[in-house]
Amino acid sequence: MSRKQGDTMMLETPFHSRVALANELNLWEAWSGYTTPSAYFDVELEYFAVRSAAGVFDLSPMNKYRITGPDAGAFLNRLVTRDVGKIGVDRVGYTVWCDNAGQVMDDGTIFHLAENDYRLCAYARAMDWLSWSALGFDVSVVDESAEVAALAVQGPTSCSCLQSMGLDGLETLKPFGIAHFDFEGEDLMVSRTGFTGDLGYEVWIAPNKAETLWDKLFEAGKPYMIKPFGSQALELTRIETGFLQAGVDFVPAQETIRPGRSRSPFELGLGWLVDLNKPVFNGRQALIREQQIGSRYHFVILDVDGNKPAHNSFLFKGQQQVGTVTSAAWCPTAKSNVAFAQIETACGDIGDQLVAEIYYEKELHWTRVLAPCKVIDGAVFNPARRRMTPAVAY
Amino acid sequence: MKKYDAIVIGAGHNGLTNGAYLAKAGLDVLVVERNAYIGGATVSRELHKDWIYSNCSYVCSLLRPEIARDLELPRHGLQVVPYGGSATLMKNGDHFGYYYDHERLHREMARFSQRDANAYERYLADVMKQTRLIRPYLMRRPPDPTSLKLRDLKDLVEFAGSFTALGEEGLADTLKFWTMSVGDFLEQYFETDVIKAHLAGSGIIGTALGVYSPGTAYVLLHHYMGDVDGNVGAWGFARGGMGAVSSALAKSYQSYGGEILCDADVDRILVRNGRAVGVALDNGDEYHAPVVVSNLDPKRTFLDVMDATDLPPDVVKKARNFKIRGSSGKLNIALDGLPTFRGVEKGGPLATGEMHLSDSLEVLERAYDDWKDGTWSKEPYVDMLIPSQIDPTMAPPGKHMMTVFVQYAPPKIKGREWTDEDKAGFERTVIDQIASYSPDFKDLILHCETRTPRELEAEVGLTEGNIFQGELTFDQLLFNRPFPGYAQYRGPVKGMYMCGSGTHPGGGVMSAPGANAAREILQDLKKDNTVPEGYADD
Repeated sequence: MSRKQGDTMMLETPFHSRVALANELNLWEAWSGYTTPSAYFDVELEYFAVRSAAGVFDLSPMNKYRITGPDAGAFLNRLVTRDVGKIGVDRVGYTVWCDNAGQVMDDGTIFHLAENDYRLCAYARAMDWLSWSALGFDVSVVDESAEVAALAVQGPTSCSCLQSMGLDGLETLKPFGIAHFDFEGEDLMVSRTGFTGDLGYEVWIAPNKAETLWDKLFEAGKPYMIKPFGSQALELTRIETGFLQAGVDFVPAQETIRPGRSRSPFELGLGWLVDLNKPVFNGRQALIREQQIGSRYHFVILDVDGNKPAHNSFLFKGQQQVGTVTSAAWCPTAKSNVAFAQIETACGDIGDQLVAEIYYEKELHWTRVLAPCKVIDGAVFNPARRRMTPAVAY
Repeated sequence: MKKYDAIVIGAGHNGLTNGAYLAKAGLDVLVVERNAYIGGATVSRELHKDWIYSNCSYVCSLLRPEIARDLELPRHGLQVVPYGGSATLMKNGDHFGYYYDHERLHREMARFSQRDANAYERYLADVMKQTRLIRPYLMRRPPDPTSLKLRDLKDLVEFAGSFTALGEEGLADTLKFWTMSVGDFLEQYFETDVIKAHLAGSGIIGTALGVYSPGTAYVLLHHYMGDVDGNVGAWGFARGGMGAVSSALAKSYQSYGGEILCDADVDRILVRNGRAVGVALDNGDEYHAPVVVSNLDPKRTFLDVMDATDLPPDVVKKARNFKIRGSSGKLNIALDGLPTFRGVEKGGPLATGEMHLSDSLEVLERAYDDWKDGTWSKEPYVDMLIPSQIDPTMAPPGKHMMTVFVQYAPPKIKGREWTDEDKAGFERTVIDQIASYSPDFKDLILHCETRTPRELEAEVGLTEGNIFQGELTFDQLLFNRPFPGYAQYRGPVKGMYMCGSGTHPGGGVMSAPGANAAREILQDLKKDNTVPEGYADD
C-alpha cells in the first residue's frame, strides 16, 4: 500500500522539521489532529529549563478562531461569562464560556487584536457553537488554527531570549499585553501570556516564517539556556501554578454523555470570571439560579502529605467519600505534592483536612496510602516576576 | 413419536439462541428448519465454487456480547473482526471518507465544512446519550405499562427513572429522537449534503421509509446500539461469513443436547384445548411438546402457521395490521480481483468498510419515491462491502467477494409479483450504478446472486422480504413489539411463544429476542434461569 507524502492521519505543525530534529527521544503524541512531542530529551530537565531559564513549547495545534465585524465585541460579550468590554485593544483576557444550562463548554483566551477584531483560543473545537451563537450578529467567525503558527516562550530568561532576537522594548509589555514586531518583513505578534505561571510570552507568526522563527529564537536564546519542552513538562508547570486543563479537570459540556457530568464556572473555582452584572450572556439565568440554590461541587487545590502524587484518588472526610482528584503532581520547584480535586460543597473550605487514598506500585508491589491533605488557598508556584513590568532580568 | 419439552420453529440465529438457553436449562429441545441448511438470514452460502457469500445479513455489531460469551460462541468457531472506514462516492468525482480515526475524520469533514466537522462531536455525544438509554433494555423483556404485576411495575419505575434522569431537555430530545425523521435529525447538526447522506443510510436500511419519514431517526440509533468489544457503534465481519454466527450457535445448542431437524417445513402449530401441543410438518409428521416457540415473523406466525380459530380475533387483526414491508434487495458477487473505485485508494482505509453512492438526502428521498411508485429505485442506495479484503476465508487468494445491500426494492412491482425480467432489470440497475463509479467492476464479475424481496420471502421466509421481521418504528417497539399485550414473548395461546426479531428489541443479528424469550419460558416452567443479565453500561 503506498501513501502519498504528507497524507498521514496526523498533521505536522509548521515547526515540525525543527521540532523533529530537537526531539532526541522521538517521543510523540496526538494533539488536536497534530503530531506533537510528549518530551524532547528528559521531562524533568525540560521542566527545569522552564523554571530556571526558558522553555519553548509549540502550541500551533491550539484551536484559534478569528472573530471580526461590527458586532464582534457584542457577540463575544454574549458568548463568554466575563465583560469583554474591559479587554482593551492589544490586551488578552482569560475566560470561560457556558451553554444555556450554565455549564462550562471550554476555557480559553480572547485576544483583542484591533477594533472589532478578536482571536479566541480554545482547547476544544468550537466552530459549531460559535456559528450558532453568532446568529443575528454582524460578525464573521473563521477557524484560523492552521494559518497561525505559535510558540510559547516561558521562564525567567524568556524576555532576554526574545530581546536578544531583536524584540527591543519587550520588557515594557505588561502581563496580558500584546505587542507587534517586524520579523523579516512579516508581522510577529507577541503576547505576555502562557500556561506555566511565570514570566513568559507567546509568539504568533505566519506558518511560512515558522522555521526561521524557531532557528532565530534558539540561536538568540542560546546564552540564556533556551530549551524546547513537551507536553509532559507543561503538565507539571500548569499543575504547579494552578491552571485547569479542559478535558482533564472538567469535561467540556458538549462532550458529556452522562447526566450531571458537566461543571459550572463556580464549581471549577472560576466564579471570578463570571460577571453577573452583564445583562445578557449564555448561561446567565442558570448561573444566577445556581448562586441561589448552591453549587453541587467545589474545586479545590490540595497539599497532600508525602511525596506520592494522588493520581485518580478518592478523597475522604472521615469515613465518607467526598470527592475525587482530577490532576496531581509532585511539584519540583515548590517542593510540594499538589492535587486538584472536585469535592462536595459541604466541605472544602481553606484549611479543611481530607484524606487521599493513593495507590502506587514499585516493582509490582502495590501500596495503598491514606495520605492526609489540606485545602490550600491558591497555587504553590506564583513568583512576583510573573507580574512585574518592566520584566526583570532573571 | 418422541415427545420434546420444547420445539422451536426456525433455525435462524434467534431460534438457535432460544433453543440453546432452553437446552442449557435441561429441556429436551427440537429446532425445526424449513431449509436444508440452518441459519435463516444468518448464513454463509457457497453459491459459486470457492466463494462464500453472506447472502443475507452481512455485517455484525448487534450480536450481544453477553450471549456470545455465555454460549461460548468463540469456542464454537465465531470470530468477529472489526473493520474501519467507509466512504460515499460523489457524482462530482469527489468522495467523502468516513475515516475510522477521529482526527482524520475531523480533517475530512472540515474539507467540506469546519462547522460540520465540529458539529459531528455534538452529534456523536447526542447519539451516545440515546444508546445509553436503550442499551440496558436490550437483554430484558420490555416493561408492560398496563400490567399491575409487581415485576412489571418495578420494570416500569426503573424505565421511567432513566427517562426522568435525562432532565427536561434530555427528555424532549429523546421523544423527538424516537419519532423524528433521520433527515430532520441530521439537519440539526450538518449543512453538507454528502455528510448527511453518508450518515442517513443507517436510518433507512431495511425500512420502507424515506430519509424524511418520521421514525427513521430511531432506525439510525438501532444501528449504533451494538458494539464490537465494547466499542459502541462499531461494526465487524464474522470470519467465514455470517453463517459463522449461526454455526457457532448451533454447536453451542447441540453441546447442551439440542436437536436440529432440517427440511422440516412447519404447516401449523398444533393447539388442543387452548394450548400449544406441538407442530405438524408439511409432510404430515407431527412433533409434540408443551412449549412451541415461533422464530417466524408475526405475520407468518399468526396468519400462516396458526389457525385463526385457535386465536383471539384481536390477535389476527393485529397481525394483519403489523407493518412488515419489503424495502430492500441484495446482490452477492464473486469478483475476479479487487475493483477500482474512482478516487478511493485501492485497498486503502476507506475501501475496507461500507461504500455508498448516494451523495445527498435528495437522492435518497427520490430513491424512496420509486418504492412508493411500486418499482425499484432508479438510483438506489447501496451499502456495499468487500469483506474478502479482511477475511481470507471468503474467496480464493487475490479474488474477492462483494456484498451489495440495495434499497429500495418494493415487495410488489406496480401491485403485481416480481418476474424474472424485473429481477434482471433490478440487477442491471445496481451493476450499472456501481460500474459508473468503478470502471473495471463489470469485467471482474464472475458470478452474481440477486435477491429481490420475492427471493427473500420465498427462500428465507421473511414476509415481504423485510429484514427486521417488522418495521422498527416507535409504534412497533418495546411494549408494542409485535403487539401490545403480547410483547413479553408469550403468545395468545398457552405454551406458545415468540422469539424472533419481530419481538423486542427487534431486528439485526442480535440474539437478544431469542435469549429474552427463553428467560420468560423458563420462568413459566419454573426452571432455573440460564439467560445472562446484560452488561452494565456505565
